[in-house]
Amino acid sequence: MADIKLTNLNKSYGAVHILKDVNLDITSGEFMVFVGPSGCGKSTLLRSICGLESITSGTLEIDHAVVNEVPPSKRGIAMVFQSYALYPHMSVFENIGFALENQGLPRSEIRARVEKVADLLQLTPYLARLPKALSGGQRQRVAIGRAIVRGAKVFLFDEPLSNLDAALRVQTRMEIAKLKRSMPNTTMIYVTHDQVEAMTLADRIVVLQAGRVEQVGTPMELYDRPGNLFVASFIGSPKMNLITGAPAANHKAHTLGVRPEHFTVSKTEGVLSGTVDYTEVLGSDSFLYVATPHGLLTVREEGKTSFRPGDAIHMTPIADKTHRFGEDGQRLA
Amino acid sequence: MFYVSSVPPRFTTENYSIVMFSQGIGRSFVNSLTVTIPATIIPILIAAFAAYALAWMKLPGRGFIIAVIVGLLVVPLQMSLIPLLKMYNATGFLSKTYLGIWLAHTGFGLPFAIYLLRSYIAGLPKDLIESAQVDGANDFKIFRRIILPLSFPALASFAIFQFLWVWNDLLVAMVFLGSEEDKRVLTFQLNSLLGSRGGNWDILTASAFITIIVPLIVFFSLQRYFVRGLLAGSVKGG
Repeated sequence: MADIKLTNLNKSYGAVHILKDVNLDITSGEFMVFVGPSGCGKSTLLRSICGLESITSGTLEIDHAVVNEVPPSKRGIAMVFQSYALYPHMSVFENIGFALENQGLPRSEIRARVEKVADLLQLTPYLARLPKALSGGQRQRVAIGRAIVRGAKVFLFDEPLSNLDAALRVQTRMEIAKLKRSMPNTTMIYVTHDQVEAMTLADRIVVLQAGRVEQVGTPMELYDRPGNLFVASFIGSPKMNLITGAPAANHKAHTLGVRPEHFTVSKTEGVLSGTVDYTEVLGSDSFLYVATPHGLLTVREEGKTSFRPGDAIHMTPIADKTHRFGEDGQRLA
Repeated sequence: MFYVSSVPPRFTTENYSIVMFSQGIGRSFVNSLTVTIPATIIPILIAAFAAYALAWMKLPGRGFIIAVIVGLLVVPLQMSLIPLLKMYNATGFLSKTYLGIWLAHTGFGLPFAIYLLRSYIAGLPKDLIESAQVDGANDFKIFRRIILPLSFPALASFAIFQFLWVWNDLLVAMVFLGSEEDKRVLTFQLNSLLGSRGGNWDILTASAFITIIVPLIVFFSLQRYFVRGLLAGSVKGG
């Protein structure tokens, strides 16, 4: 059991207010992803939960106990750093066993537990090596192994995949997802700026902007019902089209949001008209960038497209897939 | 103007035997080592602890302490000779003893040692220290298992500096150890050779060569710790 509860959590460095009244309830066994643009405070929030940053005001509870002043090692958490932070002068074995050594466990037990973790992560052949003799993906696994071996109830990941190349990132993402499935009672909190990681891994996503929680919800909730303009434009790739003016007024909204995949296109008629400015054809789908009187809109078409730059195009938003936002940027029912 | 040499020049090791066996150099060699080794090790130990604290522990007034230490770098040690000697005489057990000179050299070496080690230790990746904290290591453990092994290049360079300085020192030794026969350090002994023998350059050059041997050994035995890439594989991809 490891419920985490944040109540009105604030963090400032002097006059700079980083986290503003963050309220969150993370239930045991959940895979929570913090996502947001760089500088939004997501790493600071993670480090506050870890105990590496002090909390200016508000409370942080783990398992119903306030842990604001409890040092990181006593919170029952493990952290995987963005840079991995492996101890360069220690072998893989010592790296993984360091936390156990600090707990004063007997050598035989340290050996048994390290070997078990190494086996799980396919690190057994590398136990005697120094980190510098490992590849990026192996170092990543050592960093994860260091977290697992302690049997922590809460895992914190700070952008763990950002140093890996694209192919390895996809593979490691799957490994993390499997790891989570193999430890159903462990709570995981994962920070990323990559919405693909967020959408694929998360049970629930927390979208942060400028130190505030914009929305909390399952990936599909955020996709289907973004609570405000920020979440609407942040979740989904390519970005949601945000149209103001007459087309929005027709829907009784200040801003009308339509995802690129939620248009029907036609060469002859539609609600919105424009000229194709540029096309990106990927084979599986095509993206059309259309210049309209309401700005540049992005349209996704399945498969290949018959439109070419310069063609006239007419688009109609699919009726129940539009998002209406008021003048304050909040979603209208 | 020219000289006529009445005896033809010849190669000889005679001067070395004179220096090594007949002038009390052997004894002063041992004395010099007795002074230098502890006077190198003690400041390293103290400074490494201080440097870690000043680099990574949250202390009130940390910036001020660092500023004071940097300020002490420019204080000439001659200024402190008289007050220190008075203090030593007042205690009684420190004047003219090895312990006294170890402490004196430690004091004179500390500002530079702390300054040098602190800037190195402060440059170690923050993630490593935080990771060790999350792993449950206390400050002593972090210092011993993470900081010390990774600071070897800085420790070795300071050790060489301090060793050379103490080995070559004459002033501090004269003031704090005195001039009794059995406590003369090498530099003192050479100085008195020069005095008693006037312009005997043959003896002087031979003895200078003997004094240089130990620093050479120290340098070459420590230089293998000046390794690059000690942090390789620790953070990021590099």
